[in-house]
Amino acid sequence: MRLLTHNMLSSNIKGVTNGFPLRIEAEKVVEKTVEMNADFLKKMFEKIQWKAFIDASRAMGYTELPEEVDPTTLESDEFLSKFHHALLELHLEEGALVCPETGRRFPVNKGIPNMLLHEDEV
Amino acid sequence: MDQINPELESINSLQITTKINNEKALKKMPSRTAQIRLMSSHEEVYEPCDDSFALVDALLADCNNLLKHCPTLCMEIGCGSGYVITSLALMLGQEGLAVNYIATDINPLAIRVTRETMDAHGVDAELIITDIASGLEKRLAGSVDVIVVNPPYVPTPEDEVGVGGITASWAGGENGRSVIDRILPVADRLLSEKGWLYMVTLIANNPSEICLYMREKGYASRIVIQRSTEEESLHIIKFWRDLDIEGDNEKASADKSAPGRLMEYVLTQLPPFTFWRCSDRDNK
Ligand SMILES: C[S@@+](CC[C@H](N)C(=O)[O-])C[C@H]1O[C@@H](n2cnc3c(N)ncnc32)[C@H](O)[C@@H]1O
Repeated sequence: MRLLTHNMLSSNIKGVTNGFPLRIEAEKVVEKTVEMNADFLKKMFEKIQWKAFIDASRAMGYTELPEEVDPTTLESDEFLSKFHHALLELHLEEGALVCPETGRRFPVNKGIPNMLLHEDEV
Repeated sequence: MDQINPELESINSLQITTKINNEKALKKMPSRTAQIRLMSSHEEVYEPCDDSFALVDALLADCNNLLKHCPTLCMEIGCGSGYVITSLALMLGQEGLAVNYIATDINPLAIRVTRETMDAHGVDAELIITDIASGLEKRLAGSVDVIVVNPPYVPTPEDEVGVGGITASWAGGENGRSVIDRILPVADRLLSEKGWLYMVTLIANNPSEICLYMREKGYASRIVIQRSTEEESLHIIKFWRDLDIEGDNEKASADKSAPGRLMEYVLTQLPPFTFWRCSDRDNK
């Protein structure tokens, strides 16, 4: 699971009002290199919730991202390559996503989050 | 008995030459659909079937439009073996990650098989085990440019829906609409302004009613592929937002007497089964 996906996931348990962001418990993180595409990154930048994104990247052991960003940050190649790395090259392979409100853990195995709910949660 | 039917023989040699030509073609041009021999499988996971092929053929038929559409996020709901999302990724390409793919399935085994199928074809998607798009709906709302769905559409008793495993791949409840009717509002929520939805439906699902439902939400639709097999008659329908329709709907809700009139208008202008093709504007 990439951090791009993490940034798009919320806790879906019934009654939870503040299910975003899910806290990452990382047991195993893998890196896979992919070619960079600046246009894609710029489009995604608009959709990313930045605070959740830096917290997630820290939980994955990556601390190079700046706290504060604004659209002009995107003009820096150095920033783009860091953003690219954190967004698309870091994968949570084993671990869990934890609901910020209830503490319920959604397991991540072989890079795949399981968001299925128990009967009493829907 | 031993006589060789000359007709048969010529058919055979014909097949052999087409096969060689295909192989040549394959070497020249990378395949644009997932290859059956590279597909992973599991007895509890839906194997690519006529409906899967019809959906991929619809995507191929619309491939030029899809390429011009420049989607950023594409999603499959209920990816099963991964045949469809793999084909879409091969068609639109993934170089330099200009497109991100997401696929969901309620069956964890299906997600595993999809991963293996995608790996075998050198493409990849973000895979999530979930009910439809549960967990993604809030943050991904209005962001998905292409959604493809081959839902469980077979009419079954309601209690067969949601029992999991291979049954979940076909059991559709009353008129085969139980899961479809839950998918439609989710798709509406996830699709971007320019978003397109491709969905497999069976005649028994009452596709014209599905189109009317989507029309009320502001979508135009057309049949991309219509195909009858021995067992079923399938339509692959494409939906896209149409500003004119949204305008009509707004006018209709502003004017209390209008909803009835609007419906009448839709039905007379666009009788079931022909209206989808009428709305083939902008080459969609
Ligand atoms: C007809 S099969 C299609 C599989 C594959 N897309 C294809 O075309 O070959 C339907 C798929 O939807 C999945 N499915 C059924 N109900 C679902 C739900 N509520 N949420 C997500 N996936 C679901 C099934 O597990 C199955 O893999």
